[in-house]
Amino acid sequence: MQTYDLEADGLRGLNSSLQAQNAETNQTRWEIVNPKGSHAIAVGLDAPIEVTVKGSTGYYCAGMNQQATIKVEGSVGPGVAENMMSGQVIVDGDASQYAGATGHGGLLVIKGNASSRCGISMKGIDIVVHGNIGHMSAFMAQDGNLVVCGDAGDALGDSLYEARLFVRGSVKSLGADCIEKDMRPEHLDILRDLLARAGSDAKPEEFKRYGSARQLYNFDVDNAAAY
Amino acid sequence: MKDMDDQIPRTLPIQSATFSNPINAEIRRAAATGIYDIRGGGAKRKVPHFDDLLFLGASVSRYPLEGYRERCDTSVTLGTRFAKKPIELDIPITIAGMSFGALSGPAKEALGRGASAAGTSTTTGDGGMTPEERGHSTKLVYQYLPSRYGMNPNDLRKADAIEIVVGQGAKPGGGGMLLGQKISDRVAEMRTLPKGIDQRSACRHPDWTGPDDLEIKILELREITDWQVPIYVKVGATRPYYDTALAVKAGADVVVMDGMQGGTAATQDVFIEHVGLPTLSCIRPAVQALQDLGVHREVQLVISGGIRTGADVAKALALGADAVAIGTAALVALGDNDPKWESEYQKLGTTTGAYDDWHEGQDPAGITTQDPELAARLDPVDAGRRLRNYLKVMTLEAQTIARACGHNHLHNLEPEDLCALTMEAAAMARVPLAGTSWYPGKEGF
Repeated sequence: MQTYDLEADGLRGLNSSLQAQNAETNQTRWEIVNPKGSHAIAVGLDAPIEVTVKGSTGYYCAGMNQQATIKVEGSVGPGVAENMMSGQVIVDGDASQYAGATGHGGLLVIKGNASSRCGISMKGIDIVVHGNIGHMSAFMAQDGNLVVCGDAGDALGDSLYEARLFVRGSVKSLGADCIEKDMRPEHLDILRDLLARAGSDAKPEEFKRYGSARQLYNFDVDNAAAY
Repeated sequence: MKDMDDQIPRTLPIQSATFSNPINAEIRRAAATGIYDIRGGGAKRKVPHFDDLLFLGASVSRYPLEGYRERCDTSVTLGTRFAKKPIELDIPITIAGMSFGALSGPAKEALGRGASAAGTSTTTGDGGMTPEERGHSTKLVYQYLPSRYGMNPNDLRKADAIEIVVGQGAKPGGGGMLLGQKISDRVAEMRTLPKGIDQRSACRHPDWTGPDDLEIKILELREITDWQVPIYVKVGATRPYYDTALAVKAGADVVVMDGMQGGTAATQDVFIEHVGLPTLSCIRPAVQALQDLGVHREVQLVISGGIRTGADVAKALALGADAVAIGTAALVALGDNDPKWESEYQKLGTTTGAYDDWHEGQDPAGITTQDPELAARLDPVDAGRRLRNYLKVMTLEAQTIARACGHNHLHNLEPEDLCALTMEAAAMARVPLAGTSWYPGKEGF
């Protein structure tokens, strides 16, 4: 186990050390102490290593992650795992705005609640939120799965593309072109797998599925009132 | 009686300046279709521009440098503030961001070839970086846009600089739309969206809001790229003083200021013509902001929007810019709006020089299209050579002017070398009206 004191040794040293790891490294387990809400912790990693952050972080923790498993034993600021490509990010606490924004792949698990715009413009990432999510989540979401074990705020899935949204609780309102859809067996399989990987004991059958009505995919002036 | 009527002088028909033929045609078109006009390019209306400035040249108090003999340097280094590897360019004319998707693959390749041969950089655009573009571009700036189409850390690390796009001059505050007919299999795959659907490019970034957030976003990008490459911040010209100051505060290495004549692949005509500032009006406020913060020349300023000639380049630099970027002019150099396609422009209901439906994907020149047959019309090697030649000519023109003003580097041009032909240009450029020592806003005349 490599232990890195962020307060004492600084952000640049941390990220350069983590980014220097590759598939052959034997330094596969890292622990970051004294994060104290710092921004851009463990960004741009590209190796199959495990990083545990002992405390809460600021903006963009685990940004653009590839391969690494990053666990935050606290809460995270805006943009956790933004543009993640692969790997896993697990947050024990709550997440601020834009969690998983534009992510292309990998799994983001938030064991608490996520604030507004969770999964905005997501492009293939899977996000599982054990609690609730805020308004405008999955705005313009293109691909991937957003699973919400609690409730969703206003305008869920506004201007959605091909991402799949699963919500167990209530949805305050749906955004433009987002509708409830049938839950088919393949969707239950997706949900079952994601819930298991995210450590949730929720049952797939308790969820509803939401997706795009695909009415806004090509510009039509008669739809202007929907924009 | 009829004979007498014929002898009465007639009032000539007078066209209304307010309800002109083009305006009336647009009213009829809107009434028939129920939708606003969408087009490419930049503002077509006449606004104060570099043509409204003149260089004074040498005189008794200044002596010129000898043309073809005495050296006039043109090099520029961008990103000297924080980046470990600033971009060193042979000429202060760069190629602005234009996406693969809006442009064909051969057109993007030609831009890379031409820019590299001339010793300058080119820029990706929305939709990500293609291997062809990277391969043919010695210096490639990777745009970081609100849509984040194609964004990934591997390409980010291949870039020679990163340009965070806050806005563009043609549509400050607006996003974009790539219509379905231009979404080929490859474009769709790069953007993670189905083929054939309209692809909306967002107007604001998904994970930051405001200058304080931008500072943290820049920190993140620097951490991911090991502080190696410069980070530009590009803004559409609206509040040039404050936007420049805030970009500097957020940690930008380079500020790119794009005026309303700067082109776009597609947006509403009303947006292009009625939002934003003319390029000429935004240079001095941006330079003032850099000077007030004590970072003029440390944070470089790139100006774009309607740059066409070496004279435009020289004037922008004289007003304090470090470099310029060209987009529309580069497309024209490649072959856009070439008269040889006139018969095809006519079929599309337009004419050479006026073709601007770049979003429709039917470009006869094969530049703003994803149609394989049309795209094949553009030979990227020949087109790249034309762009190189054009860049060389612009550079020679700028050098000619700088030598005439007695300067051995383009960056030694200064406002004192200029005068203005109109009150508007004098006010915007803050250089004296020709034949006077006064400009609007200056005390003591």
